[in-house]
Amino acid sequence: MPLSYYLALSALLFAIGAAGVLIRRNVIVIFMAIELMLNAVNLAFVAGARHWHNLDGQVIVFFVMTVAAAEAAVGLAIIIAMFRNRQTLNADELNLLRW
Amino acid sequence: MHDTVTASYLWLIPALPLLGVLLNATLGARLGRGLVAVVAPAVVGGAFAVSLVALTDLLGRPAGSALVNHVYPWIHAGSLQLDIVLRVDPLSAVMILVVTGVGFLIHVYSVGYMAHEPDYARYFTYLNLFTFSMLVLVLADNLPLLFVGWEGVGLCSYLLIGFWYTKDENASAGKKAFVVNRIGDAGFLLGMFLIYWHLGTGVHSFSFGEVAARVREIPLGIVTIAALLLFVGATGKSAQLPLYVWLPDAMAGPTPVSALIHAATMVTAGVYMIARLNFLYVLTPTAMTVVAWIGALTALFAATIGLAQNDIKKVLAYSTISQLGYMFLAVGVGAFSAGIFHLMTHAFFKALLFLGAGSVIHGMSGEQDMQKMGGLRRHMPITFGTLFLANLAIAGIPPFAGFFSKDEILLHAFTGVHGSVVLWLLGAMGAGLTAFYMYRLLFLTFYGECRAEAEVAHHIHESPSSMTVPLVILAVLSVAGGWIGLPAHWLWGNRFGEFLAPVFGHHEAEHVSAAVEYGLMAVSVLVAAAGIGLAYFFYVVQPALPMIIAWRAGRLYDLIFNKYYIDEFYDAAVVQPIHRASVWLWRVWDVLVVDGLVNGTASAVAANSGLWRLLQTGNVQHYALSFLLGAVAILGYYAWW
Repeated sequence: MPLSYYLALSALLFAIGAAGVLIRRNVIVIFMAIELMLNAVNLAFVAGARHWHNLDGQVIVFFVMTVAAAEAAVGLAIIIAMFRNRQTLNADELNLLRW
Repeated sequence: MHDTVTASYLWLIPALPLLGVLLNATLGARLGRGLVAVVAPAVVGGAFAVSLVALTDLLGRPAGSALVNHVYPWIHAGSLQLDIVLRVDPLSAVMILVVTGVGFLIHVYSVGYMAHEPDYARYFTYLNLFTFSMLVLVLADNLPLLFVGWEGVGLCSYLLIGFWYTKDENASAGKKAFVVNRIGDAGFLLGMFLIYWHLGTGVHSFSFGEVAARVREIPLGIVTIAALLLFVGATGKSAQLPLYVWLPDAMAGPTPVSALIHAATMVTAGVYMIARLNFLYVLTPTAMTVVAWIGALTALFAATIGLAQNDIKKVLAYSTISQLGYMFLAVGVGAFSAGIFHLMTHAFFKALLFLGAGSVIHGMSGEQDMQKMGGLRRHMPITFGTLFLANLAIAGIPPFAGFFSKDEILLHAFTGVHGSVVLWLLGAMGAGLTAFYMYRLLFLTFYGECRAEAEVAHHIHESPSSMTVPLVILAVLSVAGGWIGLPAHWLWGNRFGEFLAPVFGHHEAEHVSAAVEYGLMAVSVLVAAAGIGLAYFFYVVQPALPMIIAWRAGRLYDLIFNKYYIDEFYDAAVVQPIHRASVWLWRVWDVLVVDGLVNGTASAVAANSGLWRLLQTGNVQHYALSFLLGAVAILGYYAWW
């Protein structure tokens, strides 16, 4: 299969993820959408690595997965702390960053 | 030009009062009245002792010598080597003796007069500081240092006039003295700069000797302008027309202050300065004429105001202005030593008059209105006796001090190179008026029935000895102080003039026939006697008469009683326009334009920020969207360009 198919799928997944991050209100769902974006990037890396016979892409994927795992741990902790403080996971109501 | 001798002790003269300032300012309030009452007069007395040493030193040297003390290198810039140098020549010797001698007596008097004053230490700190400044002024060997003392006495007079600063009226009197003096000082500074400018880079020490030696390098027109500008300064400091208005108001200060500042020291600074710069003034007949005329007019003008004043200190204030006019008349016609002679005798009897008035006010529980006095002769014999002698002196009755000095001035006004009959006539008329209003003061205060309220009248008492002893000493000086300057050919002649002659050169030597001299003398004695007689008739024989005349004179009396409305005129012509212009500048320029620009800039920035602030929602998803758009933009950039 040509590389463009993989890249197109990757782009599609990334766009869905980005849309989820921007549109959804529930912080956990936004979080999952971020994971989806990361995996879309991973797919592009793996496809690239195979196409150019170069392991760099594969290695980057492991890094991304590691970072994603760490991020999941820290992010979930932040979400729990946030929920305890505000009793909500609605992103529209979490706007303390303003001014 | 003169022999100068180094005398390294001269610095002690101003340093002693300065020590008093330091002690009284730092320890006075804590250690109490006992210390202050000893230190403050003692340092001035010490300065007097050193001054006597300096005088003896000077007298022991050949005529024309001067003692000089290099104290400190002051301003060294390029060719300018301005140092703090003190100089005692016959002129400054007279001045330091008057300042420290009369000043000492006034300090002693103040100990008694201010005894009930809570701010004792502050008062004596100012008084010492004042003495220090005046000594710097008269000892200075160059114009800039003289100006330092000049400003120092200005500051101290402001502090002392407004001493009771909680009273609005007193505080604004101090302010008025300060502001009017600043106007004069602007003239002084311009005159000084003009001289410096025209002497060019060649000026090294700016000392009087150097300026005197090189003054002929300056074009005559510039000399005239500089002399007139310096005279503007003198009119401010010495309360002459048109800048005299601060002095009557200055009576708001404590009475010993009036005696010290407004009789013996500060106000004479202008006369001293012109006498000191005599080498400059003799070059320019125009400036001399202006000085003489301003002096003569002030002498007469202030004397007429003195006729109708009821506040005992105000009468004395106008009398001071008038007497200073005589001094300027003297220096203006070139009779410098006569001017300084009158300065000295005036310091004696005017200090006595003020201190005597203070004693009266003290005895009258603070009353200053002469219409509410009367009959004090029996209650205050020492005050009465000494004041009577001072009155004889100021009226010009021989052989009292004022006679010799005033007569010498009138003689020179008549016969001098710059003199004229009109100047003499103005002076003689002023002398007659002086005799009249001074005896009006004496008769209203000490003769007739007591017009005070029973409560006050009951308390009338003679002052304590710390006040009466200075009165007696000053009375002796007022009687005998003039005898060192007798007319030529009398006994030992004019020793005072001979002593000062080296400073003033010989440009005042003019030949006078004995007939003219004795004729003028007879006229002035007659005029003085007539003034006294008239006052006796009006205020003792026919006490009802002044009221009738005042009522008959109507408008004229009102004009004089209200001091020719000069203060009102200044208020309308100067103060109010400045005030209105200031209000305009405040409301329009400052508030509208300046504040408008400043606040406008601020609000423009604020509005701009408000606009951009809308971007900051605090919502993570909005930020994420901006990241995404940014990333797309960057990708787009790389993809298409």
